[in-house]
Amino acid sequence: MATEATEAAGHAAEASGMPQLDFALWPHQIFWLLVTLVAIYLLLTRIALPRISSVLADRKGAITNDIAAAEELKQKALRAEKAYNDALAQARAEAAKIVAEARAEIQKDLDAATARADSEIAAKATQSEGRIAEIRDGALEAVTEVAKDTAKEIVAALGGKADARSVTAAVNARLKG
Amino acid sequence: MAGEAVVPLTEDVDGQMFHIDPMHQFQIHPLFGEGEVHWYTVSNVTLWLAITVLVIAAILIFGTRRRAMIPSRSQSVAELIYGFIHNMVEEVTGHDGVKYFPYVLTLFLFVLFANVLGLIPTSFTTTSHFAVTVTLALMVFLGVTLLGLYRKGLGFLSMFWVSSAPLAIRPILAIIEVISYFVRPVSHSIRLGGNMMAGHAVMKVIAGFATMAVVSPVVVGSIALIYGLETLVAVVQAYVFTILTCVYLRDAVGDNHH
Repeated sequence: MATEATEAAGHAAEASGMPQLDFALWPHQIFWLLVTLVAIYLLLTRIALPRISSVLADRKGAITNDIAAAEELKQKALRAEKAYNDALAQARAEAAKIVAEARAEIQKDLDAATARADSEIAAKATQSEGRIAEIRDGALEAVTEVAKDTAKEIVAALGGKADARSVTAAVNARLKG
Repeated sequence: MAGEAVVPLTEDVDGQMFHIDPMHQFQIHPLFGEGEVHWYTVSNVTLWLAITVLVIAAILIFGTRRRAMIPSRSQSVAELIYGFIHNMVEEVTGHDGVKYFPYVLTLFLFVLFANVLGLIPTSFTTTSHFAVTVTLALMVFLGVTLLGLYRKGLGFLSMFWVSSAPLAIRPILAIIEVISYFVRPVSHSIRLGGNMMAGHAVMKVIAGFATMAVVSPVVVGSIALIYGLETLVAVVQAYVFTILTCVYLRDAVGDNHH
């Protein structure tokens, strides 16, 4: 044992302190290297890699989802804008229709009112004409009456005895003439 | 590391003005007590490998504990590493290679954090030892070869037969391809281990000069520069090691190659 140790030490010293070439130490290093590599491999495959890959996958999924959601919201906004514009155009058209309708109705009312007024005026005119005719007739009659009476009185004043019937006939003849 | 460099000076000054032992940092010694290092001994290698595991766990498990939709800083780091290596595996090896992603990530995280932790002064760089890098490279080499033979059968060997070349030179190319295939683990491991060891040794040597009062200001400045360079090397070597692993893996799982 002791000789081995001194031999190893001497070997190391002889190789100008080049422990890399001291093959007696290789099994030691290889053994612990293999232990290390297995440990790293197990740590990676059991814990680290599943964790990191799931985090990366989650993040990728989240980003994809967010982009899709943003796209959807954008479409929704576009649809909302379109709906708004449609509603606005429709409202405008409806307003125009209502205005036209109202105008037509007013026109109708106006026409009806005008017609009524015309007919009323016409009726009133007819009535007035009737009255005027009546008045005129009445006046004529009164004139006849007055003329007859006046003629009778004149005849009586002149001392004549007026036959009522002849006077009336004379007056009528005069009035016609 | 600069502090450690002074230690040999006080320990064994044997007639020299100063004594630098750049390889001292690579020595393996038992963590508890003295004696020989057996394969099961808990040494400074074990300590720094364990710290590597703990740091990886801290970032990838503790850092992601909240599983937040909006990540915290530590979770971002974990997710960045995950995404970086996942993309690398998918781009280099194709869709079929993704199921080997955990293995590639294990290699990357180990090499990266072992390299970076090795930059802490007085620490031990596990990846500066060829025992470690050769094992890693052989694991990749054997894994890829067996996987290729399993998935493609003898068709895997057709990668040595360059069908796009003229028939006459195909046998020569095949020999070259076979040689280059078997050289892969060598270059794969020496590249990483050599970079780490050389960089640390250079830093140690330069730091040793800091004990000379005349040049110490220059030395401290250059140490700062080299430390930055070594940080870059540590990260780049982890990246290179991983992407080469992916390239080799493509031969085994990809549809076509080269």
